[in-house]
Amino acid sequence: MAETLEIRDLRVSVQDKEILKGVTLTIRQGEIHALMGPNGSGKSTLAYALTGHPGYTVLGGEVTYQGRNILDLPADERSKLGLFLAFQYPVTVPGVSVANFMRTAINARRKSGGNGQGKPISIPEFRKLLREKMKMLNVDEAFAGRYLNEGFSGGEKKRVEILQMAMLEPHMAILDETDSGLDIDALKAVSEGVNRLAGPDVGILLITHYQRLLDYIKPQFVHVLLSGRIVESGGPELALELEAKGYDFIRVRHGETPTGKD
Amino acid sequence: MRPKMATGVDRAAVEGMGEYKYGFSQPENYVFKSRKGLSREIVQEISWMKGEPEWMTKFRLKAYDHFIKRPMPTWGGDLSQLDFDEIYFYIKPSDKPTTSWEDVPDDIKRTFDRLGVPEAERKFLAGSGAQYESEVIYHHIQASLTKQGVIFLSSDDGLRQHPDIFKKYFATVVPPPDNKFAALNSAVWSGGSFLYVPEGVHVELPLQAYFRVNAQSMGQFERTLIILEKGAYAHYIEGCTAPIYSSDSFHSGVIEIVVKEGARFRYTTIQNWSTNMYNLVTQRSVVSRDGMMEWVDANLGSKLTMKYPSVYMMEPGARGEILSIAFAGKGQHQDAGGKVVHVAPHTRSKITSKSISKDGGRASYRGLLKVYKGAEGAQSHVQCDALLLDEHSRTDTYPYIEVDEDKVTIGHEATVSKIGDEQLFYLMSRGLNEVDARTMVVSGFIEPFVKELPMEYAVEMNRLIQLQMEGSVG
Repeated sequence: MAETLEIRDLRVSVQDKEILKGVTLTIRQGEIHALMGPNGSGKSTLAYALTGHPGYTVLGGEVTYQGRNILDLPADERSKLGLFLAFQYPVTVPGVSVANFMRTAINARRKSGGNGQGKPISIPEFRKLLREKMKMLNVDEAFAGRYLNEGFSGGEKKRVEILQMAMLEPHMAILDETDSGLDIDALKAVSEGVNRLAGPDVGILLITHYQRLLDYIKPQFVHVLLSGRIVESGGPELALELEAKGYDFIRVRHGETPTGKD
Repeated sequence: MRPKMATGVDRAAVEGMGEYKYGFSQPENYVFKSRKGLSREIVQEISWMKGEPEWMTKFRLKAYDHFIKRPMPTWGGDLSQLDFDEIYFYIKPSDKPTTSWEDVPDDIKRTFDRLGVPEAERKFLAGSGAQYESEVIYHHIQASLTKQGVIFLSSDDGLRQHPDIFKKYFATVVPPPDNKFAALNSAVWSGGSFLYVPEGVHVELPLQAYFRVNAQSMGQFERTLIILEKGAYAHYIEGCTAPIYSSDSFHSGVIEIVVKEGARFRYTTIQNWSTNMYNLVTQRSVVSRDGMMEWVDANLGSKLTMKYPSVYMMEPGARGEILSIAFAGKGQHQDAGGKVVHVAPHTRSKITSKSISKDGGRASYRGLLKVYKGAEGAQSHVQCDALLLDEHSRTDTYPYIEVDEDKVTIGHEATVSKIGDEQLFYLMSRGLNEVDARTMVVSGFIEPFVKELPMEYAVEMNRLIQLQMEGSVG
């Protein structure tokens, strides 16, 4: 089944406020898309709505993945189909170690038959896998025993999000402002990791406010989200234009008032 | 006429009886009938049956007199259903009815299945088997302990075989008038463990009330006495995560611990009594100079538990730590916590309490932090965290803080939380279904406690929490 994510005219509200007013976007296997937009445009709302956050209400439209409507599925079912979200603000789960969490997530997939026999992963096999991925992403092995996101710096949290992505091997990954709060070294490390995970089988949606990330993870398609709609789509050059001219330029182009702020 | 002997332990007890001559002697041809309710006569008979020295018989009777006079406590849980006239206060081991395996509730059987409890253990835990004999292991452990001079016996045997040590310490930590149930236990106690560790001896192996001793120690009115001489170390574990099914509805134990200078002792309890049980226990330790006492206390079962492990720091440098968790499910009330009493200066204590309430259960933290005048430099920190898993459940905190000294460092923190929607979504977004996600948050919540358990217990504990969360445990 083709790993295509098709979003058609999606309208989403949160706390009774309509944020997404008809988003249409298709992401195929092997494609890297960037979604840019000013704060408040609805970027994170899209990420949460796609992955099934219960606080977000779908008012209309359709989302299909692998040919199935996923809007009826709870978050865990969507995850097991191959969808992954790298959170912008990963939450802390006290007392649960990174390793323990990862092993449980892998076993959850195995139980539902996604990966084969349904047998849980053996401890030695898991340790080997974890060590391999931590090395690849330049994440200190000490993180395996630390409690999930507890006391992690912003950069560390983002790196552990990508580590989770590496362990779960999703086919459709949404990265929500993965670059925010990262210094140049961390950004490089994270980008390298994502690039290694990308490939002909994987679709990636990069949500970002700034163009900088796109120097390291090169998208084929760039879209601009403004006031809950995708107003422009193009290639990487669109991102460069945005960087040079700012979001106000886009606003004016689409009949909106410039804010003078970005 | 010698009574019929049913078990190996019984035989030893009866044989022991014949060797001693005490003030009271058993009337000829006397046959003890187990019967309900309590009276002075029954207390006397209990002492006769055991062939106890006169001082113990007198002690029991005096305790009984106090028990009768003392009113029921008006705080804590609801004890109104407790009917003393319906309780058997002493049953000869040979008379103790065994439950037929068929009568054991299905949910208990299912729990054994899920926890992977071996066949022989299941029958024992359900009270439907003869004693679980782990002969070889038991004797091997005993041999190595004896080499070190460690005494580890049932309390009945302890009194019989080491009367001087026993008498020296018995009831010095928990005197009968301490509370109504301590008085009751003092009158009718039977079974429990007696542990004596000589000066400087370190017992590396965690001591478990092995089944042979445990058969008696799992009795309703167990009395445990533990003495650690100067510089000694030991770790004692009792209980298990598998539910103990008992037709007894009332368990009232007393645990007394003496930790002498520079000694260190840890007492771990994992209690999962079936949910018809009233579990009222007095646990107390006194600690001397530079000694350390640790209580690790898990309260998972019972209908009502009232239990406050205590540490009395009597001399400078004494330390105490209490780590307690309580899980209150449907129809359960856990009233637990701890008491730390700083009598001497430069003493340190810490109480960490974690409680979880689900399906209308009620978990209460009740604790005392007391610092006497003159206990300069005392340091204490109390942390109680409660997790409410739904809107029907309840949690309460009753912290009592009595500090009569200025130059001290005291801290108290209490938190109440529920499983956050953001946490749930985060975990579910990685493929965990809702039950597994909630279970994971709960496991994380009790992790500071589980970390302190020996491996096999930690594994069992996690599995048990999983079952509780799935709602398949009765």
